[in-house]
Amino acid sequence: MRIEVHGQPVYCYTNSREIDASKPSIVFIHGSGMDHIVWTLAARHFARHGNNVISVDLPGHGRSEGMPLSTVEEMANWIVGVLDTLKIDQAALVGHSLGSLISLECAASHSPRVRAIALVGTTTPMPVSDAILNAAESNDHAAFDMLTQWGFSKRHQFGGNRNSGIWMIGNTLRLYEQSGPDVLFHDMRACNEYTAGTEQAAKISCPTLLILGAEDRLTPVRSTRALQEAISSPIVEVLPEAGHTIMVEAPNAMLDALHRVL
Amino acid sequence: MTAPDYPGLDTLALHAGAQPDPATGARATPIYQTASFCFPDSDYAASLFNIERAGHVYSRLSNPTNAVLEERIAALEGGVGAIATASGQAALHLAIITLMGAGSHIVASAALYGGSHNLLAYTLPRFGIETTFVDPRDPQAFANAIQDNTRLVFGETLGNPSLDVLNIPAIAEVAHAAGLPLMVDSTTTTPYLIKPFELGADIIQHSATKFLSGHGIVIGGLLVDSGQFDWEASGKFPTLSEPYAGFHNLIFTEEFGPSAMIQRARKEGLRDFGACMAPTSAFHILQGIETLSVRMARHVENTRAITAFLLEQEQVTRVGYPELDGHPDQALAAELLPNGCGAVFSFDLAGGRAAGIAFVDALSVFSHLANIGDAKSLVIHPASTTHHRMDAAALAAGGIGEGTIRLSIGLEDPKDLKADLKQGLRAAGKAAGGGR
Repeated sequence: MRIEVHGQPVYCYTNSREIDASKPSIVFIHGSGMDHIVWTLAARHFARHGNNVISVDLPGHGRSEGMPLSTVEEMANWIVGVLDTLKIDQAALVGHSLGSLISLECAASHSPRVRAIALVGTTTPMPVSDAILNAAESNDHAAFDMLTQWGFSKRHQFGGNRNSGIWMIGNTLRLYEQSGPDVLFHDMRACNEYTAGTEQAAKISCPTLLILGAEDRLTPVRSTRALQEAISSPIVEVLPEAGHTIMVEAPNAMLDALHRVL
Repeated sequence: MTAPDYPGLDTLALHAGAQPDPATGARATPIYQTASFCFPDSDYAASLFNIERAGHVYSRLSNPTNAVLEERIAALEGGVGAIATASGQAALHLAIITLMGAGSHIVASAALYGGSHNLLAYTLPRFGIETTFVDPRDPQAFANAIQDNTRLVFGETLGNPSLDVLNIPAIAEVAHAAGLPLMVDSTTTTPYLIKPFELGADIIQHSATKFLSGHGIVIGGLLVDSGQFDWEASGKFPTLSEPYAGFHNLIFTEEFGPSAMIQRARKEGLRDFGACMAPTSAFHILQGIETLSVRMARHVENTRAITAFLLEQEQVTRVGYPELDGHPDQALAAELLPNGCGAVFSFDLAGGRAAGIAFVDALSVFSHLANIGDAKSLVIHPASTTHHRMDAAALAAGGIGEGTIRLSIGLEDPKDLKADLKQGLRAAGKAAGGGR
């Protein structure tokens, strides 16, 4: 579905359905350098289960026009803009990595609009190494390589995809390669500079689910302690053998976990 | 800090796609010889049918053993995904029917495996898909043959029977300029010798029966998608970029992005045409791939030894191997195939058809049969077998002489192969009246 948000034409996947005001809504928010495709299985699932699904392409990503936004706060405001455009009063937000920070910020700053959040492959703060930032800033392919390799658990470096026939490393790398120039850098910098996460997490009042990969090397489980302590009664699911790319590495376990708040 | 290296080809050949079996801990990939898979509950079943979960429904569509093979070849080729098919021919057919329908057109190299040529030249026209065959050495000929309804450009990495080296970068440029994908058959080269995606190809087809499995014990094919071709930008592939009524108006490019082509091939082509691979076949091919590098290096080493030997024989009037002086693609081969040009080649014997037949009949280490890519060395005399319906003029047009012999060099001790060939040459000499 093509819509206009803050005067900018953008795209969101809705499983080819119109928004139905009588149904609950779920907004899926991708991570750095990615687009709505990472949520295809989950979005199809929750659409069949009677939800409006809105899997966004952030500005400058995927099929959305415009420049990438610079900060997590701007991105959270943009998500509210999506809800406004679609005339959705309240939605659950599911975000991966950068998308999880956007969801968290949205739930803290725009709480009446958010009924639940699921933070997948998350932590806060989410510092990004200079190596990745520098490579992303120079549009060096090494940034894609680092994120792809460190984004998967060690066991999944050799694949083992339950989704038949898809080489998970190659498919993820190709998604990064198809992002536009500077897009990854904008996203990585936004992650790196979002330092208010823990403070904002304390303001969250809606049901909050953390889905973590036990072998996540980019946002390790141990780094989420402050976040877990800041949120009031979080639900935490740690998925064994998954790294950071949880939608690909543990698609079924993630789906089952999402049902705890969706 | 620098990016860690991806696993190398040899490591991927052993490990890609595989994990110790979650049910038993078995280290080897088990053969899941089952037609169907149980659903824990009805909603789980519905979610599998509706592409919401990863898993298996029915082995025509997917199977855990096949999935390991599919992921492994995709990893080795550097693609996004793959499908294992009943044969190499089934893989070629699957690609074509995924990308086009009646009224479409293909531009293909004229130097193709006979089975592929038959499909394109005689069978597909009955279903409304025409092919123009062009000189594989002339990228401009590919460009000139492209029509408004062309949907695919196709060639073999090493053409049959003259081992024409496909100039993949140049032909990919031609195809892409016309908004078309380039598919290559890399059966004789395998990812050990060439990585077509790195050179610009978009789709790869393998007959896994040959060097990938490597032991002449199984029939199978593989179709691999690079994920690099922009189907939407091309505007010529509605099967991928427009709603598909056969799956609730799913738009494959919208929902699967880089893997749109291989997803559609599975969701439609494998489902409806049904040319799936048997799990036991996938297991055999996986065992072969584990030793791909070791075998291919030895295949090439032996081939170099045998071509050098044949060049010294006065009864041999031509040896067609791209690394040799006089082959028209020697420079291109050095650039694209630095690790060797495979282990299948042909040579010409003086004495014509009688010499060719006598040569083949006299061999004992080489097996006389219609296949290539076995660990055992193979021989065939095309004029009396695969091309026996052709007269001398037709053979010549196809680059085949009455005394042409095709060899597929195996892994035996090269001294034994040379001794066997000497025996054949003596018989050929007698048949040709040389009395040697």
